[in-house]
Amino acid sequence: MTAADAMSNWDRFVFTFFNADIATKYGWEILQGAGVTILAGLAVVITGIGAGFGLAALRAIGWKPVNFFIIVFVDIFRSLPPLAIILVLFFGFPNIGIVLPSLIVLWMSLGAVLAAFAEEIFWAGITSVPKGQWLAARSTGLTFAQTLRYVILPQAVRLGIPPLTNRAISITKNLALGSAIGVNEILGRANSALSMSANATPLTMGALLYVLVFIPLVIASRTLERNYRWGEH
Amino acid sequence: MSSTAAAPVSRYLLEARGVRKSFGPTEVLKGVDLLVEPGKLVFLIGPSGSGKSTLLRCCNRLEEPDSGSIIMDDVDLLSPRADINAARRQIGMVFQSFNLYPHLTVQKNITLALRKVVGMSTADANARAAEMLALVGLPDKAASYPAQLSGGQQQRIGIARSLALNPKIILMDEPTSALDPELVGSVLAVVKDLRDRGITMVIASHEMNFAREAADKVVFLDGGLVIEEGCAEDIFLRPQEDRTRRFLAQIRH
Repeated sequence: MTAADAMSNWDRFVFTFFNADIATKYGWEILQGAGVTILAGLAVVITGIGAGFGLAALRAIGWKPVNFFIIVFVDIFRSLPPLAIILVLFFGFPNIGIVLPSLIVLWMSLGAVLAAFAEEIFWAGITSVPKGQWLAARSTGLTFAQTLRYVILPQAVRLGIPPLTNRAISITKNLALGSAIGVNEILGRANSALSMSANATPLTMGALLYVLVFIPLVIASRTLERNYRWGEH
Repeated sequence: MSSTAAAPVSRYLLEARGVRKSFGPTEVLKGVDLLVEPGKLVFLIGPSGSGKSTLLRCCNRLEEPDSGSIIMDDVDLLSPRADINAARRQIGMVFQSFNLYPHLTVQKNITLALRKVVGMSTADANARAAEMLALVGLPDKAASYPAQLSGGQQQRIGIARSLALNPKIILMDEPTSALDPELVGSVLAVVKDLRDRGITMVIASHEMNFAREAADKVVFLDGGLVIEEGCAEDIFLRPQEDRTRRFLAQIRH
């Protein structure tokens, strides 16, 4: 009988997923991956939501040719799987002479996907602001742009916050796809530690780090929703 | 002021003539005249769909008339050179469903256009808002949000918001029809007060008792045409047209 056979199932489970030696050995490296995930995540959320907001505001102007391009962009990036975009940019674009660092590819891909969804969410918000709001604002002499800026968009943003935070979280989680193109984020590092150590503990640590990174976002989204209630109870 | 000596100065503050407006195949206004002298209160009555709201909205070009002319204080609003945003400052509008900005406090509802259109400083605009709130009897509501107010209070804020811009005329589109009956009085009291201050108003409304008490002129609109107009007594007690009589019988009953 070998030592391994002598282990109980419970011991084997702990040895595989919660191995203290492995955790100590690879902990720091995987933690650095969390730094990459957080920074890339911030970049994706800021640029994605910013671009989506800008596109929705642009669409509100109602200039047909521009709106056509916005709608085409939005529909394509909402339907493409993020991994497909990442692979095309990373492995396809070098063939036409465009070589982008893996982290940039990850940021651009997820940023574009989030921008597409955010545009649709903000646009839905803009169109669901009652027409009377436009009438009231324009009747006081506010211009179209002022009405959009001070009356319509603030309301559209509030309507968009719950779906937007959910969408931002679910898209940012796709940062793990970066491991497919060698981005050293949490999963990438956990995965290579897994190969080196032949033990699943790095994945446990990775999972734990994702929870630690994303739980504050989930809580923040709830706080945001609460703060946008303007005197309703 | 006018270099074109030939242009007669109108005795009307608002002079809308031959206004036509269609939505798709439906012609909502079929050539309507609406003449309002300064300082007067004109009541616009008529069944729903008669074109009252559309006529009011044409008067500040929230709806674009298909033809006709709209002269406000000797300015042709339909001229391509008209500065419509400047003109709208002079034309207050009050809506059936109040249309207060739900994301802004009462104070900011009133000061938004003062700051962004008139260019007032925040301090001046706030002072103006306080003055308007006192005038509509809600001096302590500056920090409230619309959702925290009753319908009657919201409508008085709506009036304060339009009044703050010191308009030459205020157009009111069924200002009390969304209100519970017990709240109507507080809004009408404010309207009465404005009338006593000499503010020109056009009100689409079916508050007949109020019209008899306060209106200088009543215009009955049906099917996109003015059927009959005159002083309140005449229209309500001695209507000349069948359609007017039928309408009055319906709403009275």
